[in-house]
Amino acid sequence: MTDGDTVDVLRISGLTLDLGGARILGGVDLALQPGRIHGLAGESGSGKTMTGLATLGLLPPGARTGGRIELEGTDLLTLTPRQLAVLRGRSVSMVFQDPSTSLHPMLSIGHQLTDHLRHHLKLNRKAAKERAVDLLTQVRIPNPREALGRYPHQFSGGMRQRIAIAIALACEPKVLIADEPTTALDVTVQAGVLRLLRGLCDDLGLAVLLVTHDLGVMSAIADEVSVMRHGLVVETGPRGRVLTEPQHEYTRQLLDALPGRSTV
Amino acid sequence: MTPDPTAPLLSVDDLVVQYHRPGAPPTRAVAGVSLQVRAGEVVGLVGESGCGKSTLARAVCGLTALAEGRITYDGTPVRPLRVRRRELALTGIQMVFQDPYGSLNPRRRVGSQIADGIRTAAGRGESAAELTTPEDLLTRVGLPASAAERYPQEFSGGQRQRIAIARALGARPRLLVGDEPISALDASAQLQVATLMRSLAVESGAGLLFISHDLSVVRLIADRIAVMYLGRIVETGPTAEVWADPRHPYTRALLAAVPKPDGAGVLPAELPGDVPDPADPPSGCRFHPRCPQAFDGCDREEPQLIAGGVACRLYAA
Repeated sequence: MTDGDTVDVLRISGLTLDLGGARILGGVDLALQPGRIHGLAGESGSGKTMTGLATLGLLPPGARTGGRIELEGTDLLTLTPRQLAVLRGRSVSMVFQDPSTSLHPMLSIGHQLTDHLRHHLKLNRKAAKERAVDLLTQVRIPNPREALGRYPHQFSGGMRQRIAIAIALACEPKVLIADEPTTALDVTVQAGVLRLLRGLCDDLGLAVLLVTHDLGVMSAIADEVSVMRHGLVVETGPRGRVLTEPQHEYTRQLLDALPGRSTV
Repeated sequence: MTPDPTAPLLSVDDLVVQYHRPGAPPTRAVAGVSLQVRAGEVVGLVGESGCGKSTLARAVCGLTALAEGRITYDGTPVRPLRVRRRELALTGIQMVFQDPYGSLNPRRRVGSQIADGIRTAAGRGESAAELTTPEDLLTRVGLPASAAERYPQEFSGGQRQRIAIARALGARPRLLVGDEPISALDASAQLQVATLMRSLAVESGAGLLFISHDLSVVRLIADRIAVMYLGRIVETGPTAEVWADPRHPYTRALLAAVPKPDGAGVLPAELPGDVPDPADPPSGCRFHPRCPQAFDGCDREEPQLIAGGVACRLYAA
């Protein structure tokens, strides 16, 4: 667990967020390194999803932010919408909880996979299509070439989430924000998607921020774990330590609440 | 009307439900399932998507026609719902649906929708003294009594599902059926709603049939668990026993796929292959093409659920 020599791709420092007069985030600090998965745990309303959305500039209207979100030295919070649009989907991308609503039902998979490729990377139609086939192969969709012409409803939930991951990875982003990526899936399918995420992270040197309430998922693939409560990170550390020797009282409570934990 | 106290509240016997598609043979979504729920018991039905568990729930509530078999609730056969209202005796079965955005009427106040449930109980001849008010029900599901004056769109998904539960409870059900009641909710609200359903059902002495694909939640709230694969129950037993000693290879694979929060960084085991098309199930044991322990004959002989609660030829006498 030596990460002293790796560079942080994304560093969030002192991030605050106010929405409608309420303080949602009270100074969040996080750092992501390439090839590593950083898990963000916490209960409903603790601000874990908002931290992810802030990174992409996808906060609801009226949100006021403070602090810094630095992507390789550039503070994302100071960018204009136009500048942010250049980075979004290109350098930072996102996978959402429910693949049945995050994909467009009326557009073919091929369309959804190549749109941003052509926009961001200025690829021509043919090159974009080739890249799309590669991507679908990478996320292990059978018959990728044929799959391009099909629509989301023709795929199972696990396949759809693989496709959503392929879309997120299309422009070779440096940072992937995954917000409860396996919560809507069956456990057997979840196992496959977790393996896929871990493999992609290792092979592509991707920095992943994994937002999940499931400490089992956390334990399976995260390298570092941060626990959030009431808009603050209460504990950060290597996975093994946080899950077996929690330092903070709240982390201990979360772990003790798991079934079968107290008897083990 | 003096039912045997030991008799199950709900009894499903050899149920077959088929879906018809033009130009194709019928799909047996539920292919011969027997299941019992007793009063005060929570039965968890688990399985991957597409295994027929929701179809089973709909059949229990009379929402889907049966092709074969029988469903009996408290001695009354459950007949599919037609244009007329349900038989009064059958209103003792109440359902909580998957999507609280679709199951509540957006144009009526929450209180009046819950009052529908209470009227159902009154119509069944429950004594007026035992009937509650919408405000009381809202308090029981953890919402303020003032919510009765508001409309569904003013609430979050988790709160709406609580309202749907309050409406179901208003009808004083003796059997509550939850068809994936938590899967449309925000991840962190899921466990709260599931435990709420259990405590409210057990408190009122009703049986609960809880359907979910989330094994970790079912483990927490169910007394008994039934594992379904491709239209059939492959294993059933007390939750703790099934969890500690799963016998069917499919149950084993399902449980092995649940990641453990031990901090060890072990990736969960993957079950190879996809769920086959239920319109064209494999011959013999439906699990044999994906089964790591399949042996000679598994592709020809269909195992039946034996007394020990497992349908697998590994355990055949």
